[in-house]
Order: sequence, then structure tokens, then C-alpha cells
Amino acid sequence: MTGWRSRKDEYEAARVRRNLMPLPVQNYAVVEKEEPPSYLQEHTLRSWLFTTDHKRIGLLYLFTIIVFFVIAAIAAAIMRLNLLTPRGDLIQAETYNKLFTTHGVLMVWFFLIPSIPSVLGNFLLPLMLGARDLAFPKLNLLSWYIFILGGAIALYALLVGGVDTGWTFYTPYSSTYSNSHVALMAAGVFINGFSSILTGLNFIVTTHKLRAPGMTWFRLRLFVWSMYATSLIFVLATPVLAMTLTLMALERIWHVGVFDPALGGDPLLFQHLFWFYSHPAVYIMILPGMGVVSELICAFAKKRVFGYTFVAFASMAIALLGFLVWGHHMFVSSQSVFTGMIFSFLSFAVAVPSAIKVFNWTATLYRGSISLDTPMLYAIGFIGLFTVGGMTGLFLATLGIDVHVHDTYFVIAHFHYIMVGGMVMAFMGGLHFWWPKISGRMYPEFLGKMTAIVTFIGFNLTFFPQFILGYLGMPRRYHAYPEQFQVYNVLSTAGASILGLGYLLPLCYLIWSCRYGKRAGNNPWGAKGFEWETTSPPPVHNFEQPPVQTEEVYNYPPPGHEAVAD
Amino acid sequence: MTTIAQIQFFPDQASKMAGQVDTLLVWLILLTGAVTFAIAAVMIFFLAKYRKRAAADRTPPKAENLAIEVTWSVIPFFIFLGLFGWGAKIYFNESIDPKNAMEVHVVGKQWMWKLEHLQGKREINELHVPLGQTVKLVMTSQDVIHCFFMPAFRIKEDVLPGRYTTQWFKATKAGTYSIFCAQYCGTNHALMTGQVIVMTPTDFAAWLKTGRETVSVAQRGEQLFHSLGCSGCHAAQAAVRAPLLEGIYGSQVPLADGRIVHADERYLRDCILIPNTQIVAGFDPVMPSFQGRISEDDLFAIITYLKSIGSSPPEANIPNR
Ligand code: HEC
Ligand SMILES: [Cu+2]
Ligand SMILES: [Cu+2]
Repeated sequence: MTGWRSRKDEYEAARVRRNLMPLPVQNYAVVEKEEPPSYLQEHTLRSWLFTTDHKRIGLLYLFTIIVFFVIAAIAAAIMRLNLLTPRGDLIQAETYNKLFTTHGVLMVWFFLIPSIPSVLGNFLLPLMLGARDLAFPKLNLLSWYIFILGGAIALYALLVGGVDTGWTFYTPYSSTYSNSHVALMAAGVFINGFSSILTGLNFIVTTHKLRAPGMTWFRLRLFVWSMYATSLIFVLATPVLAMTLTLMALERIWHVGVFDPALGGDPLLFQHLFWFYSHPAVYIMILPGMGVVSELICAFAKKRVFGYTFVAFASMAIALLGFLVWGHHMFVSSQSVFTGMIFSFLSFAVAVPSAIKVFNWTATLYRGSISLDTPMLYAIGFIGLFTVGGMTGLFLATLGIDVHVHDTYFVIAHFHYIMVGGMVMAFMGGLHFWWPKISGRMYPEFLGKMTAIVTFIGFNLTFFPQFILGYLGMPRRYHAYPEQFQVYNVLSTAGASILGLGYLLPLCYLIWSCRYGKRAGNNPWGAKGFEWETTSPPPVHNFEQPPVQTEEVYNYPPPGHEAVAD
Repeated sequence: MTTIAQIQFFPDQASKMAGQVDTLLVWLILLTGAVTFAIAAVMIFFLAKYRKRAAADRTPPKAENLAIEVTWSVIPFFIFLGLFGWGAKIYFNESIDPKNAMEVHVVGKQWMWKLEHLQGKREINELHVPLGQTVKLVMTSQDVIHCFFMPAFRIKEDVLPGRYTTQWFKATKAGTYSIFCAQYCGTNHALMTGQVIVMTPTDFAAWLKTGRETVSVAQRGEQLFHSLGCSGCHAAQAAVRAPLLEGIYGSQVPLADGRIVHADERYLRDCILIPNTQIVAGFDPVMPSFQGRISEDDLFAIITYLKSIGSSPPEANIPNR
């Protein structure tokens, strides 16, 4: 691996020497001699807790969401172990119910939703736009503190006994019947929502106001487009969640009749409101991943994405159409046939822009110059798993099929293919890709590749059997199950242990690399974009000279003109 | 432990509807499978052909191509339209109120299913039905939301407190099939399971006669109609002016607020529990609410009784103004 790495360094040196990059490179070559202090220079706790630097805040988020991820993953591991036997001998039903609620709540609101936006988005958005920071740096820090507060309350709810409603909090179970700490957990999620809203606002304003000179909307990076679309959902959908949870808590605490029919309420109203938020939230959990993958594909095919405008607008289309399909979660909840049909139709419609993206990514590879480094492996894994997730989404949008597979393991498998196979793969890919920029060090490439492959295999082994389980009829949220389902559950648990390894490894070697990794050049991948023109790690204010966008985005030199390492 | 031979790949198929759903599934698998493999093949081909060190034609292609983009948006769209139509047709058929159906009442409660046949026979977590007979389940919950799921018939429908939901199936294969609660409903959700037992009609008739003597649900409803005092107002010779209820089920009822509603189970239920929300045109809102005074079982019985009396539209109810 060292041989490969040194060739890369040589390439970097040759590229600078031969002046192959436009203007900013020259500026930056001058700058490098002065060695501006990197954003990681200061080491005091104070310098972290009171920072308004978007890069440091991104890292604060990274540390926090890893904690939540680990807790939620442990919950999943215990559940999978319990499901090894049909009678669920390991833990009691009540514990099981609390575990899947913990897993869902933490993974959704405290890991997936903030994962790419708050970590990579925070770190990269200003860099990609050529800005010194986000539009409202203090607000950004406030978002993190709000996030911490929400998370602390959620963890407190777990410590004092947990919640057993599932992350969906369906009424009247949550509002009247559950004996667990529902209101407390709802408060945690409610507060967490404000962090999302503030981050969304910050990103929207930043994208509108802080773009470098020359950076028109159609010269925006696709990652920025996806962040923009995600931020719109943050700002428009999250308030609905806040209101819904408030109403639920009101009913629970003061018996205000909203959802419980015994109090004159309508239990379906809750589902409408909840999914009006949560379906768009599903797109919060995939759009950023799509943005990252667009970046990875371009950088490792050394090519402009095929159909830039279509990929960009597909993000916007998904964000908007995503608001119109919530009823597909309620096909069997006694809504009218006509309503069911409309929601089914719209759900098919929202699949079109997703298909467009997959086709465009594939076409981007055509006549590219492709290297299969770790991030690219993750990106390819993403496309594969996301395609399976998307295709099975079509099954669920098909009314006749959904009636059978709704609330079974089929649905579980489907959305894990999107959220874990999609979003988490993209997050890992992105983390590896920008790791040299974030830490200034390279991660061990061979281990990285191995991990990407292990994750892919473990993932499929975990979740593919669940499609079959679901069609056979195993309902979700079952602590015990009839014996005929055992084989697939055992397979799934076996897969989960491999998958776990795939997450554990990067945790170790990325930390290791902070100290022992090879120093990364400014642009180890030879990729295009402002973030690669500044030092690794970047200086406090990102750029010594404000960059100017003088060319189209992803303007990779035609093949043959680039400096080749050998 | 299960042996290899016991591994199931496909759930039992015990109705025509199940066959239709499976056919659609197989087509979906073939279609999406083909597309997925095609994408994978193209991608792997590109990855191999255009890998960095390989010599290949790399003349930059056009970076945007409207014709291609439109093609690969429109073709999937039309395929989706077909799938939508196919799935919607099954859904529509499942939702049509079946004719000549045998009705069974289902009450879900944490964590059991209580079922009652119209003949008055009750069961818990078991549903006996005759082969070849359409069965309509009229369902409600006493507490939280449940979901009555029968994989062998590929159907499920949520069971909600405070309202009726229905679903129907027609078994075409004798046997014993699972019932699951599919909507999370609390601690023992996973234990809220049961069995559908499909028997030949003769066996079923014999089964109905087993156990202790029962009065039919409608008869029980009639008794309740008197004992709860409904007949004191709703009988023809009653002192209070109240609509006659003969033939009300299935009729169109004009309401005081100008709406005309279809009198189905849900309407009847609301009339009894929350009469003030829908006042029949031309009558005073004097009917008391029976909310909290009547169990789900008894409510079912009264409604069944109301459904059983007369089928002529109650013209007498529409007052001359
Ligand atoms: C105090 C008299 C009174 C009693 C007791 C009473 N009702 Fe009524 N009911 C009325 C009146 C008056 C109306 C018409 C006004 C309205 O819709 O509220 C009515 C309406 C109805 C309707 C709607 C009729 C239509 O044409 O749409 C139904 C069904 C009904 N009652 C059922 C019952 C049942 C079942 C009971 C017993 C559990 C009952 N009622 C007890 C007075 C009464
Ligand atoms: Cu959805
Ligand atoms: Cu249940």
C-alpha cells in the first residue's frame, strides 16, 4: 500500500509543479509556505465547547452521533440475539419492546438525521461554497447544544426505565396505554427537532448568501444541492413533528382529547400528522447520502456527473414530492380506497427522480478514469443497496402487495436497505473521502477496502433474509415468533455480527490514523472543488485567499491531459 | 430446530386473492430483478473497462443529454403506471363489500382476539370458517390499535378503537393458518396470534352445534334493544317521536345539517354512541348517548339486530314538513 500511496504523492507534487490547476492553486502554493494554523491547532476543552468554527462543530456532532449510534447498535444486537430462538429466550417482551424503541428513536433522530447533514454538511458546506463559515456560526453552535440537550433527555428517559411505544409513538397506545416514559422521550425528540430546524435555516441562508464569486446555482456542487433540499425539509417538516408530539403529550398528561377515541379524539389523525413529517424525514435520511455519492462518483471517475441539471433537480423533486406520499404508511389503516390509490400513485411518482439519479450515476462512469479506492467502493455499494431498497419500495407502493407485507419484516428490510445500505454506506464513504481533509491524515487504505466489502456482505446477509421473512408473514416488533421463521432469523443474526465488525473496524483505524496515518496532501484524490484547494486540515478561516469560481463545476480535465502518476 | 425440508420460501396460499397477489409479486420480482441486474451489469462493465490503468476510448461524451434523460424518466414512469394499476385493482377488489358473506365479529383487546359468529358461537384466538364461503370480518378494538393479519389470505386491516373496519376472504383450501396482530399494541403484541381453521361446510355446521346452546347475535341484540330502553322511543307506538329503525341499514339518511349519509355499521355505531354528531332531519336531539354504558359485544349485537330487521327504506321516517 505504501507504494501506491507514494505514487499518489508524486502525482500531487507533479501536478503542482506543472501548474495544472487554475489560479487558486498558485495562490495556495504561496500560502503553503506560511503554514497557516490549522483549525485543529488549539487543544483546550474550551476551544472545542465554545467554538463557532463550522469544522469543529461538525466534529462535535461526529463524536456525539457516534455515541448514539453505538447505543442504538447495541440495542439492535441484543434484539438480534434474542431472535435467534423462536421463543425469544434471551430477554423479556417488555425489554424487547423498549430496545426496539431505543434503537428506532436513537438511530432516526440522533444518528441518521444528523449524520451527513450535521457532520459532513457542517464541515463541508462553507468549504464547498468558498465561505469562511456558515451564515450564522453562533446559531450553529446553539444547534449542537440543543441537540445535546435533546439527546440528554432521551438518554435520561432510557436510564429511568425506557419507552415501549416504538419510534412511531402511535396513539392511543402512546397517549393513554403505555406505562413507560413516553412524554420524556417525546420531549427529547421535540427539542432535538429545533436543532434540525436551526441547522436547516443556517444551510439555506448560507447557500443563498455565501457562495464564492462566480459560483452560480448551476455551478453548485451536487452535495450542496442535496444539503439545500434536505434543509428545506428540515425547516418545513420538523415543526409538524413538534406539534404532533406536543398534542400527544398533552393528551397523555392532561387528557386533552385529540387522538384517543375514548376522549373523543381520532387515532388516525396522529398517523396522518406523524407521517406528514416522517415521510419527508425518510428523505432527510437519504438525500444527503445521494449528495455524497454524486461527489464520490465524480471524484473517482474523474468526470463531471452525467446530467448535472437532472441530478440536481431530482433532489428538489424528491424533497417536494416527498411531502405528498405520507398516506402510503396507512394503506391498511382503514383510509378510503380512493385515498389509498392517490397515495400509491404519488409514491410511484416519487420513485422516478430516484431512478433518474441511479441511471445518471451509472452513466457517469462511461468513459471515466475510474479508481476503486475505499470511498468509491462504498459509493458502488450504496448504488447497489439503494437500488434494491428502491425496487422493494415499488413493491410497497403497489397496493395489493402492501396489504400483505405492511408491518412485516419486508418493510423492515426495505427501509434498512435505504437507511443503512444507503445512508450509512454513503456516510462511511464520505467520511473516508473527506477524512484526509478533516484530520490531515490518510486512513489505512487496505483496511478501508476490506471494511467496505465486509460491510456490504454483512449487510446483505442481515437484511436480505428479512424480505423473505416478511413475505412469509412475520410481523415486525415481535419478541417471539412461530418456529417456521427461525432459519431466516438465524441468518439475519449471523449477518448482523459481520455487519457489526464492518462498523467496529473504521472506528478503530480512523482513530489510529489521527496519530499514525500518513500525512495527506491537500488533494490526495486529485478531486475538484474548493475544499481540495486549501490545506489539510484547513486553516481556521478555511481559505487564505477567498476563492473564485472561474470554471464549471466538476471540470475535470479531459483524459490524456491530466498528469498521470506513472 | 427446523430441517432443510421444512424451510418455507412462500407462504401458504389459501384463497384466490392470495394467488393473485403472488402472481403480481412474481412479476414484480422478475421486472425489478431484471432491471437491477441490468444496472449492475452495466456498472461492472464500466468499472472494468474504464478502470484507471486500462486503455480505453475516453473522448468526453456529452455531459447532458436531454433525449436520454427523458427516455429513462418516461419509460420507468409508464412501467410504474402499470404496476400501480395492477396493485390498485387488487386493493379495490379487496375493499368491495362482498355479497352473501358470512359475518364474523372481531374484537381486539390487549392481547387477544375475541370472535363471535352470528349464530352466537364465540371463540378466542381461533376462527373457524367453512371452505368456499365468503367471510366478512367486522372488527373493532377495546383499547389500542391492533391489526388482524392472515398471511395465507394475503390480507390485513387495522382494528381501531371507536370504529368498525372490515375485511373479507374466501378460503379455497382446508387447513389451519396463522392469524397475527400486525400493529404493535404493547407488551405481549407478539403473543396476540391465533389460527384460522378452514373446514368443509358440513364439518363447520357440525362445529357450530358443539358446545353450549347459544342465542343468535340478532336475538341477543333484540333483547338488548328492549332492556336498554331503545324500544321505548323507537317503537311505532312510543311516546317520544323517534325514527323507526326498520330497514335503516343500507339506506340513505337525511341529516338535520343537510347532509345525506349512507347508514352503514359505522353510522349506526356513531348514532348510538355519539348521537349528537348526526341528528336525523326532522327529529329533536333527545336521544341519550350510550357511550360507556354498552360493551363492544353488545353494541355489535344491537347493530346486528338493526341490520336484521326489515329491508324497506324507512320512508315513514322522513317527516312531512
Ligand atoms: C329518549 C328516546 C330515545 C332512546 C332511549 C333511544 N333513541 Fe335512538 N333516536 C332517538 C331520536 C329522537 C332520534 C332522532 C334524532 C337523532 O338522530 O338523534 C334517534 C336516532 C336514532 C338512530 C338514527 C336513526 C336514523 O334514522 O338514522 C339510531 C340508529 C338509533 N337512534 C338507535 C337507538 C338505539 C340502538 C337505542 C338504544 C340503545 C336508542 N336509539 C335509544 C331517540 C331515542
Ligand atoms: Cu413513507
Ligand atoms: Cu399487536
